[in-house]
Amino acid sequence: MLPELSREEILRYSRHLLIPEVGLDGQRKLKASSALIIGTGGLGSPAALYLAAAGVGRIGLVDYDVVDSSNLQRQVLHGTGAVGRRKVQSARQRLRDLNPDVHVDTFDEPFTSANAMRIAEPFDVIVDGSDNFPTRYLTNDLCVLTGKPNVYGAVFRFDGQASVFDARLGPCYRCLFPEPPPPGLVPSCADAGVLGVLPGTIGTIQATEAIKVLLGVGSPLVGRLLLYNALDMSFEYVRLKKNPNCKICGSHPEVTKLIDYDAFCGVPALRQAQGGVHEEGSAGRDWDISATELAGRIQRGEKLRLIDVREPHELEISQIAGAELFPLGTLAARLSELDSAQEMVVFCKAGTRSRRALELLVSAGFRKVKNLKGGINAWAREVDESLPEY
Amino acid sequence: MPVIHIPNPLRPYVNGLADVTVRGTTVGEALEDMLAQYPAFRPHLCRDDGSLRAFVNLFLEGRNVRDLQGMDTLLRPDDILSLVPSIAGG
Repeated sequence: MLPELSREEILRYSRHLLIPEVGLDGQRKLKASSALIIGTGGLGSPAALYLAAAGVGRIGLVDYDVVDSSNLQRQVLHGTGAVGRRKVQSARQRLRDLNPDVHVDTFDEPFTSANAMRIAEPFDVIVDGSDNFPTRYLTNDLCVLTGKPNVYGAVFRFDGQASVFDARLGPCYRCLFPEPPPPGLVPSCADAGVLGVLPGTIGTIQATEAIKVLLGVGSPLVGRLLLYNALDMSFEYVRLKKNPNCKICGSHPEVTKLIDYDAFCGVPALRQAQGGVHEEGSAGRDWDISATELAGRIQRGEKLRLIDVREPHELEISQIAGAELFPLGTLAARLSELDSAQEMVVFCKAGTRSRRALELLVSAGFRKVKNLKGGINAWAREVDESLPEY
Repeated sequence: MPVIHIPNPLRPYVNGLADVTVRGTTVGEALEDMLAQYPAFRPHLCRDDGSLRAFVNLFLEGRNVRDLQGMDTLLRPDDILSLVPSIAGG
């Protein structure tokens, strides 16, 4: 039995009631329905706003983070006044203001194999607005095992992807991507940047798809992957087929319960590799150098070669005097320009790309190399306050 | 000649290019030609046995080459292959 709409709700949703595909029954369906949004960041923000505005009766928000001022360029759920607050609290306040009729559940905890089933149980659809591979595989497997649609979206710089993975009707995320990329190969938005409005476009598409799924109207992106490029303003679709050998939704599944997704995505392997770097050479050797220590060594006149592995356009934001630019993607091809006998310090924005540069250099036989811990942002905090952090 | 379209996250491995023009009459030959032009790309894109890594797909005219004849899929000179990697940003 669908819930009735109050007089106020009939007025609020009047533009929906005028559409035959929604109408009074559809709006009552939305009121009776629920959506769990994983992440209240760039994708989760527009998805949550539009699902709340549309009158989806119950919205769950999972996030275990605090609003940072660098979020505000794209995470439109949160305002300047929310900086420093828990994201789910900031989001709930905004959604309640937007539509007080919507019930908002918040989960201020990491989304893991241990709690995902419990959190997702009451919800009809899952909207994947996460920002990392382990959570994406966890979300996929959860949806396959529980028979819930996974409304997928992902972004990188100017590129976006969207689909609806519903293993009952078509392929799942693992059918398309059986395994994640090696750790660090595909940089995160924190390292590579993202056009602020891009997750707005993709997150809004996810909200559209979630509403279509909840209403049972139109042709959701089941079996299709939308590829959006904001620079070209191009929307392309590729066809996706169910993989009969898929490890979770294939005919002989190997994955029958939620697993350790950090291990599956190589996160511990990366830590192990970093430990390997740490231990290689002299025992207990520390491959990191702090900004303060580096500044002291430069001041003492030590001959250190500073290798900046960021992209050329990042030099406009901040630079360390005397550093040489070797963008990470070009480093492997330019090893001959480096001298293994000379001590080097590699750095990037915050230390992730330079860690990969360090691993590449060490694997190529370089030993006199260190990684600037915290990157040029740490340098800006500890050594040169005239530089901005970004 | 066929073209392989390179998405943004993988462009650092092909000197920032959006499209790489390749020689070849099959998907496998085209891929091999691109990797000969950009050898540092190979370990990231392919396993040791030469097959594509599982985080990336090649699409020809909107169809996954895994669903066609894989690396033996025939190419016409004006075909455009698209690499589609998994991305995780949100």
